[in-house]
Amino acid sequence: MSLFNVMDIASTGMSAQNVRLNTTASNVANANSVSSSYEDTYKARHPVFAAEMQRASQDQGVGSRVEVKGIVESQKPLQIEYSPGHPMADENGYIYKPNVNIVEEMADMMSASKAYETNVQIADTTKKIFRNVLRLGKS
Amino acid sequence: MAISLDKLMGFQQKALHVRTERMEVIAGNLANANTPGYKARDINFQDAMKNAQHSLDKNLTRTHENHIQGNMKGSAEIEFRIPNQPDTGDGNTVDVQIERNNFLDNGLRYQAGMEFMNGKIKGMKKAITGG
Repeated sequence: MSLFNVMDIASTGMSAQNVRLNTTASNVANANSVSSSYEDTYKARHPVFAAEMQRASQDQGVGSRVEVKGIVESQKPLQIEYSPGHPMADENGYIYKPNVNIVEEMADMMSASKAYETNVQIADTTKKIFRNVLRLGKS
Repeated sequence: MAISLDKLMGFQQKALHVRTERMEVIAGNLANANTPGYKARDINFQDAMKNAQHSLDKNLTRTHENHIQGNMKGSAEIEFRIPNQPDTGDGNTVDVQIERNNFLDNGLRYQAGMEFMNGKIKGMKKAITGG
């Protein structure tokens, strides 16, 4: 039944956007996590989305689901600050701050929540149509 | 004369089938609204209806399980949408506003089709029970 497929696609969209919101929350929460070495410092994380074309091309339906391929860490340079009085400072007096761009993260969050909402609305509309189908011929 | 219940629903049923498929394709577009490189697709309703009415079953005969399923039905009418913007930066051509409107439009037409079917069922019930 293809109406179930629509629900399925909407749910993959929701879970993908959920992952995105999750990484954004993690990035914002750790925006000020100071560390004493380059390796230990938190780096901004972003999910990679991909369309599941393979399943769509088979006989299972015509729409394409979305999947999260993985989460990548940003390669942007970290902020290195000279502050010898800081308890986390290394032997040279430097502290390392994450490469999280708060403004970017906020924009990302808005985009993700809007996309999530869209998918919820699709599922809702599909549910209404489904209910009408079930009531066909009654009353 | 036998009453053909199949003929009663025939056309509407096919239309609803195409509507469901279109709903699926648009839902796929919206789910992939942030997928880099994804190209928005849509079903050409007119062509799909034409195919459905002539019931073009292009299934290939399979004599072995490893044979390719030559099923042309349904997916043949799917076309890529022409984007309004030449480049969005990541190769994605989904315009969320357009897709949402299309989804709504498609859903309403689906429900209109349902109403027609409901009317036909009511008429047939009346004919069977005699009012």
